[in-house]
Amino acid sequence: MVQMLKEPKTSVQAAVVLREVSCYFGPVKAVDGVDLEILPGEFFSMLGPSGSGKTTCLRLIGGFEQPTSGQIVLFGQDASRLPPYARDVNTVFQDYALFPHMNVRDNVAYALMVRGVPRPERHRRAEEMLELVKLAGLGDRRPGQLSGGQRQRVALARALINRPRLLLLDEPLGALDLKLREEMQIELKALQRQLGITFIYVTHDQGEALSMSDRVAVFNHGRIEQLDTPKQLYEYPQTEFVARFVGSANVLEGRLLGLEGGRYALRPERIAIQPGSQTGPNRLSGTLLDIHYLGAQTRYEVQVGEERLTAVTPSEEQGLQIGSAVTLSWESGSLRPLREAV
Amino acid sequence: MPGKPSLGLRIAFYLGMLFLHFPIAIIVLYALTTEDRTYQFPPPGLTLRWFGEAFQRQDMWAALWLSLQVAAMATGIALVLGTMVAAAMYRFQFLGKDFITVLLILPIALPGILTGIALLTTFKRLALEPSFWTIVIGHATFCIVTVYNNVVARFRRTGYSQIEASMDLGADWFATWRFVVLPSIATALLAGGMLSFALSFDEVIVTTFTAADQKTLPIWFLNELFRPRERPITNVVAVFVMLITFLPIVLAQWLTRDTDDLHGGGKTG
Repeated sequence: MVQMLKEPKTSVQAAVVLREVSCYFGPVKAVDGVDLEILPGEFFSMLGPSGSGKTTCLRLIGGFEQPTSGQIVLFGQDASRLPPYARDVNTVFQDYALFPHMNVRDNVAYALMVRGVPRPERHRRAEEMLELVKLAGLGDRRPGQLSGGQRQRVALARALINRPRLLLLDEPLGALDLKLREEMQIELKALQRQLGITFIYVTHDQGEALSMSDRVAVFNHGRIEQLDTPKQLYEYPQTEFVARFVGSANVLEGRLLGLEGGRYALRPERIAIQPGSQTGPNRLSGTLLDIHYLGAQTRYEVQVGEERLTAVTPSEEQGLQIGSAVTLSWESGSLRPLREAV
Repeated sequence: MPGKPSLGLRIAFYLGMLFLHFPIAIIVLYALTTEDRTYQFPPPGLTLRWFGEAFQRQDMWAALWLSLQVAAMATGIALVLGTMVAAAMYRFQFLGKDFITVLLILPIALPGILTGIALLTTFKRLALEPSFWTIVIGHATFCIVTVYNNVVARFRRTGYSQIEASMDLGADWFATWRFVVLPSIATALLAGGMLSFALSFDEVIVTTFTAADQKTLPIWFLNELFRPRERPITNVVAVFVMLITFLPIVLAQWLTRDTDDLHGGGKTG
């Protein structure tokens, strides 16, 4: 089964276990009966559109929200009602939440200061952390004097100084420009490997989730639609929502394909396009509506009956005319049956 | 782009300044006059004699001391309660919150005469004799509003995530309050506190309703004005009060300018 990873071996104690966790805000079911287990050392992403419950789920693990019902277990201990300061968990906030009245060094050393670590030692350890995130020598600056990328690194250093066993990251790269984002993705992944800490990473960017994670939970309407490795998620989406949210997908009625009921997902890059009108199994013919040249690839929009399908192929001169009849074909294994969403 | 102001604008500016400050200049002038019965202009002569006389008036010192005590107590109460209300209003969403906001602002928006009557009636009902404490309570009602306004504005500018970050890093509520909240609202407390102090210090109407025979400084002033003799003494005390209030304003300006420097290009200098 593709779901094998969902049942971890009992010999390994899970870092995080959520059992039937719900969190309601008045009539809004932000998180609605979520079950999951996250393993130690895992890079785990929570992916979903805004309002899907992924951030609330993260905040429940951090202790910033209280579950309406259900249980949260951190490293074998029930933490459902523990306040944030009693959890061995640290967070990188979306807006970084740096303390503007402290310099960078004091920001990073805050957790040590609160615990009463003497000044020389906490300064030394803060400098170590700043070196780890490549900000050595900026300890005297104020957060207001740093760029967005630098602030992000300070937030990271501050959250890591206590060597937590679990780090929560709430859309940490959301405010950065594309180039910086990609750099930070690589660095974050390297840092996670180096430190061996469990990362829970909340994002609405499916590319980010796929490229960095060991496993991804796709959230929709407060529930997990699918929990899988990035590859399984992309190759075997189980619902229409997942198929469309992770990558892009054509979702087709079985009738149209001459198959038994239900709906099927078909990735655009699994489709080949040829001129002319042919019929047969694993083929559909239609009218070419539009061609988008994307560089390495070309995207074709094709009208097939009532449906509008997208095909993406490596760019090469095929001499297709907009408005002409074309045939789409694929290998029979490329169709993925979808179940109805819960 | 800002350039040289036109002549008309400059004249308007000086007229405005004159309008604002001419009465104050008059007070200073008549504190130094040798004539003690009328406001004769120009003064027949200048003297520092009234300063000596004013400082020997025990009733003046008593009134000043009472005013300082009332203002300090009212400001203290306002700082605690105003901050608590601001924190609650910032943190929680509840039914009728807008209505509560209006209720909070009301004591300062209502004419003082209404506040005074309301307080007097309430005190009578509760069988509270007018005393030092009834004055303090009366002043605290509108002082709370100024503290609340300043602090709630600061809370709104400070993200709640800073408080969450502090707790995430191991600080309990008390440590979070001390290391994160208090430093970020410190200047708002200073501003709100100074404003409260000033409001209480020169309050007349509510004081009239809530005091027994106590004379706060403003009430002492009013009484003095109806006396025919030693008029310049009133002006001397006014100048004295002006100097006292001037100092904290300059101090506050200097303090906030200092923090601006820290936030700005502190390393560039």
